[in-house]
Amino acid sequence: MNKLSSLIKGIILLLAYLVVQLLERQGVLLPYHVQILSLCCINVILVVSLNLINGFTGQFSIGHAGFLAIGAYASAYLTVVWQAPFLFAIICGGVLAGIAGLAVGLPALRLRGDYLAIATLGFGEIIRVIILNTDAVGGARGFSGIPKYTTFGLAYLMAIFTVVVIRNFVTSDYGRACLAVREDEIAAESLGVNSTYFKVLAFTIGAFFAGTAGALFSHYLQYMAPTPNQIGFVKSIDILIMLVLGGLGSITGSIVAAITLTIIPELLRGFAEYRMIIYPILLIIVMIYRPAGLLAGNELSLSGITQFVKGARAHGNHT
Amino acid sequence: MAWHIMALQQLINGLALGSVYALIALGYTMVYGIIKLINFAHGDIYMLGAYFGFYAITVLKLSLVPAVLTSMAGAALVGVLLERIAYRPLRNSPRIAVLITAIGASLLLQSTAQLVFGASFKPFPQAIPFRRIQLGPVFITNRQLLIFGVAVLLMVILHIIVHYTKLGKAMRAVSMDKEAALLMGINVDRIISATFAMGSALAAAAGILVGMYYNRIDPYMGMMPGLKAFVAAVLGGIGIVPGAVVGGLLMGVAENVVVTIGSSTLRDAVAFAILIVVLLFRPNGLLGKKGIEKV
Amino acid sequence: MATTPELMVNNLCVQFGGLKAVDQVCFSLKPQTLAGLIGPNGAGKTTVFNALTGLCPVTSGQISFNEKQLTNEAPHNIARYGIARTFQNIRLFRNLTVLDNLRIAYHQNRQYSLLCSVFRSARFKREEAQITAKAKEALALVDLADKADHIAGSLPYGEQRRVEIARALMLNPKLLLLDEPAAGMNPHETQCLLELIRKLRDDLQITVLLIEHDMKLVMNLCEELFVLDYGHLIATGDPKSIQNNERVVEAYLGGCMA
Repeated sequence: MNKLSSLIKGIILLLAYLVVQLLERQGVLLPYHVQILSLCCINVILVVSLNLINGFTGQFSIGHAGFLAIGAYASAYLTVVWQAPFLFAIICGGVLAGIAGLAVGLPALRLRGDYLAIATLGFGEIIRVIILNTDAVGGARGFSGIPKYTTFGLAYLMAIFTVVVIRNFVTSDYGRACLAVREDEIAAESLGVNSTYFKVLAFTIGAFFAGTAGALFSHYLQYMAPTPNQIGFVKSIDILIMLVLGGLGSITGSIVAAITLTIIPELLRGFAEYRMIIYPILLIIVMIYRPAGLLAGNELSLSGITQFVKGARAHGNHT
Repeated sequence: MAWHIMALQQLINGLALGSVYALIALGYTMVYGIIKLINFAHGDIYMLGAYFGFYAITVLKLSLVPAVLTSMAGAALVGVLLERIAYRPLRNSPRIAVLITAIGASLLLQSTAQLVFGASFKPFPQAIPFRRIQLGPVFITNRQLLIFGVAVLLMVILHIIVHYTKLGKAMRAVSMDKEAALLMGINVDRIISATFAMGSALAAAAGILVGMYYNRIDPYMGMMPGLKAFVAAVLGGIGIVPGAVVGGLLMGVAENVVVTIGSSTLRDAVAFAILIVVLLFRPNGLLGKKGIEKV
Repeated sequence: MATTPELMVNNLCVQFGGLKAVDQVCFSLKPQTLAGLIGPNGAGKTTVFNALTGLCPVTSGQISFNEKQLTNEAPHNIARYGIARTFQNIRLFRNLTVLDNLRIAYHQNRQYSLLCSVFRSARFKREEAQITAKAKEALALVDLADKADHIAGSLPYGEQRRVEIARALMLNPKLLLLDEPAAGMNPHETQCLLELIRKLRDDLQITVLLIEHDMKLVMNLCEELFVLDYGHLIATGDPKSIQNNERVVEAYLGGCMA
């Protein structure tokens, strides 16, 4: 049963990829559309990895773009200056971001709740200012001439990899320990869970994936600017909005939110202008009426969907 | 210029900037003290205050003092509405939910301002002519004097309200124990509204002062000073009124010193570096007392 | 049965600011005793538990468990040495299922690595199956096997207390600390609880120390009692002698036991 559903999911994912390839070849999807799909995948990685920190471990980071920035710039430096292979650059970007996550996590995690939020935001801004003052990566001028290595296929693969790894993590003993820390730190400690260790672990893993997303991002845009919009707190809050609307603690929610909130502004012209009015209103309404997010921490699943369809059908038969 | 004269000059500039941070930080600290919320939107209220002042002077043709008062009243209203609509329904929700709402409120004010007032900056009308006054070897501008004067005046008024009025006593009671205050017949909702109103009014005054100081205002002007003022509040000890003043002044001076000896691009990193150091080594701030954590 | 004490508490002091919540408390527990810690409200009973489990800092004095020093150890390390506890105000992971609540407590004994869990190795699957089986076993012990998939916070109060006990048992403890396990239970539930605690001690051969205000439960269940008043240990002994102890009667039992 379990194996079967994994197989079905695998086939669906493969089909989705083939359909995109086919539509692109047929000219139905323009390169621009495929670009948006790549961006969707990058955002999925960012949101799911932030979910590990904020949703599953109950910490509150609003500096995720800092890790993205490290991955983006480090990998770009590697491919541009050292001509390193892209895959190597992605891994290095991820590892460096992970190390930064560890370095930030260790001291910052002594803080709780809103203090932690501000500290992570501050950390993100410090990273940005350091980049702004580093001439080797273009400083304030920005980093241009990054090769376009990010293809849809690669971004898609990386997104799937991230989702699978993080899902497997949160459904293991490690993930349960993180959930315990989120739910009640004192109880978790009394049950032998080293809460600091798991906070730092979640931070490090989350940062690692944000770093890989950063590598994909810089080789997608081909140009990085050290602005708040691209690698600063505006970007962090963008990721946070997707996470919150999808639901803290729901991986499928994160995926759905990342994809929809990436596509909608691109599809609806004129929406962009009102986007930053509509999102905050949504954010406030969701927090007031449905604080667990649209999916309320639940996961969409194949069996859930088939059950829902069966239920609907049975209901239809009755009436 | 000899280094000590330069240092003195930077001290003056830093104190001017710092008193603006202090005015904004007061709002943060009062709101935090009373409902334990980091009101992320506070910086945007400061921005709105600057715009209100701008329109009061250019459209309503008011002179400086009535313009400042109008703007303070307008900002107070926005602050009260914000609390009513966005924060009050969440008073018993998890902290994270409230924090997310506050971030949402901040974004909302910012983008609404951008839509209504336009995204580009506006030159702030100069209500008083610019003058430079020589004080021994250093200079002080009349605008800096104005900033000092207004900031000190408002802080004194705030101090009087908090310590010598019934409202202030009620505010202190609510910040210590909301339930007990309620049982003593204090209308907690009204006190919270009053706190938001006062904090927002102070921020609005700061907004106008900065508008005049830098000669320009824009919809994003609240973001950085807002965050820095928050850091100032934490530095002084969040929830402690004199702490916000001390923290604000220190932040202003520190920032000017770093910009002078380093580079202006480091300006924004100073605040956060201070923040992280303070949180790690003295999380209750310079004037804070060590609290006992309840198990 | 071994007669050397398992838990030794020596001159324990816990101070909050100027307040001495626990002052110069000494006691010891032999293995497999059913012991009770009683005293009026605010006597410092829960503070003793918190000190024993590392949740509040010990100002001075020593705690040793099976000859290991536990004074001011981190709580998660204390759990490792075999001390498990429940909380007065029930600290279940309310939004998680009962089964997950229990599985979390197996954390210390998990062998598989991070890579095993990320790549779902055979070892991971085998061990997860074991953990689940073990959790179901523990649930069966407290008679809640059918509630495994319920959300913990949705259970009635009495069942939540039992889930918390089952969760503590997942640690394979040698010493189980129960903080007011009968609070909020009706007489029937209390009677079941009494039998449960006795059964746990006999079947699992563990030591139990409990804080309780229900004197009927305490007197019927416990073999040894420690009485705290204003942070001081004022009496130690079997229930009979405690009932007749003048200081205890004066400090605490006077009103309700006379």
